Amino acid sequence: MRLEVKDLRVQYGKIEAIKGISFVVEQGEIVTLIGANGAGKTTTLKTISGLRPVSSGSITYDGQDISKMAAHERVNLGISQAPEGRGIFPGMTVLENLEIGKYSRKERKSEMAEDLDMVYGLFPRLKERVGQAGGTLSGGEQQMLAIGRALMARPKVLLLDEPSMGLAPMMIQNIFNIITEINKQGVTILLVEQNAQQALQRAHRAYVLETGKVVKEAKASDLLNDPAVRAAYLGTGAEKGHH
Amino acid sequence: MNFSVLTSQFWPLLINGLAVGLIYVLISLGYTMVYGVLRLINFANSEIFMVGTFATVIVTRDIFKYTSAHEALHGFRLIATLLLILLASMLFSGVTAVLVEIVAYRRLRSKGTNRLASLISAIGTSIMISEAVRILTKSAPVPTPRLLNKFFLFTIGSVKIRIDTFLVIISAALIFFMVDRFVTKTLLGKAIRAVSMSEETSKLMGVNLNRVISATFLIGGLVTGAAAFLYMQVYETTVFNVGFNLGLAAFTAAVLGGIGNIRGAFYGGLTLGLFEQFASAVIGGQWKSVTVFTVLVLVLLFKPNGLFGEAIQQSRV
Repeated sequence: MRLEVKDLRVQYGKIEAIKGISFVVEQGEIVTLIGANGAGKTTTLKTISGLRPVSSGSITYDGQDISKMAAHERVNLGISQAPEGRGIFPGMTVLENLEIGKYSRKERKSEMAEDLDMVYGLFPRLKERVGQAGGTLSGGEQQMLAIGRALMARPKVLLLDEPSMGLAPMMIQNIFNIITEINKQGVTILLVEQNAQQALQRAHRAYVLETGKVVKEAKASDLLNDPAVRAAYLGTGAEKGHH
Repeated sequence: MNFSVLTSQFWPLLINGLAVGLIYVLISLGYTMVYGVLRLINFANSEIFMVGTFATVIVTRDIFKYTSAHEALHGFRLIATLLLILLASMLFSGVTAVLVEIVAYRRLRSKGTNRLASLISAIGTSIMISEAVRILTKSAPVPTPRLLNKFFLFTIGSVKIRIDTFLVIISAALIFFMVDRFVTKTLLGKAIRAVSMSEETSKLMGVNLNRVISATFLIGGLVTGAAAFLYMQVYETTVFNVGFNLGLAAFTAAVLGGIGNIRGAFYGGLTLGLFEQFASAVIGGQWKSVTVFTVLVLVLLFKPNGLFGEAIQQSRV
């Protein structure tokens, strides 16, 4: 697996949201895109998944240009996403949400039991809630369900959009531990986060986005110690807690 | 006003209300399922119904070569013939519905045009189909040969149930049950529900949106075609604008139950069918359409999510 985004531009009507960004995600990595609200992180993930059209530039997956491919075909290739806001189907049960996560797999019947067990192993809470409507879960449980559902498609690369959003500190730790665990099991991860502290602690490499451009790229551990990044995104610089 | 009929005619009104209501239920599934996935009122659904009634006539009269002088069928031959005509009507309406989607809506959708354009396209398609049939039939009502010997099957309370009424109630309830099962149990059904809750997230699950939308139109069309067949077994005559009042009543039923919601369509259709029967018995049959549309306007004004509110909204489509 190798995902490469090159000179990508994305337009919303007349506004250019992504202004020519490039980055690579290599097999086995956790790569994070950090940046403030409106930097273009979510748009980047949506474009990789095929929910937004590319204006110019390319997205290549294992050497194949997928920038014109239909969204559902990209899932078949092995690109799964747990979207911003989780996207749980509210009127479906936890089990139905997980089942539909397997929609793209031809082998869905033979894999179903095994993969449900895998997801319940990572998130025992989901097993307790299996018959409950997705819309009635807590925020943390919904995030677990969103990640579990994305794993049902047996992705090679998992795109995670703001998994910590709106969660209590304990739950954030819990979710990030599981993300690290999933990565150790061989799933490559592209992580978008506003919680830069957590993202940089967990990721191998990071890209900093500002208003639709990549302004910095480095090993995640280096960025954790970068004074400019600390000041802007970690809230420990001169303007502590201020954005 | 004649309130005494409510007691003296209670059973016949109840049975007729159920039969009419269940036909509304089936037609309203066509509206409500399409609305669920596209947030679009498919006004052409009334024409998909009309086309189904003509399919019933054509298959009975021109393919099976039955005439009005023909004596009624019995036993296995009757059941097999009716089943074949039912399937043909369903297929005809189903294919029409799929074609309407491809011709009238798909291009607009892929260009990202706003919903108003689709709505106008829906109304245009509806007029086009009904006018074409009006010209072909010279506006004349078209009868279908009677295959059923319409005897009274049995008595409930004080009412004798005729075989065609019985057929409508049993078949429509069975078809509704099958659609409901299909949507809740099968993978395609789950995909239809998923799209109705979030188009974007469904794509992330690998759902091929166009295929699910086609399937939704097909199912809605098949069910509307079944309603057309059942209608013809009772009323035996169709005309180019037969879908107009029935379509609007079924649309009202869908709104009443909360549009986009399959079980809502069931309750909405039954409620409307019963209300219409009892109300027109009290204030006179000529007021039937007025009562239906009064219900529509009142629901839209005061209960736009339908009478059954949030509880049912959650299980939408």
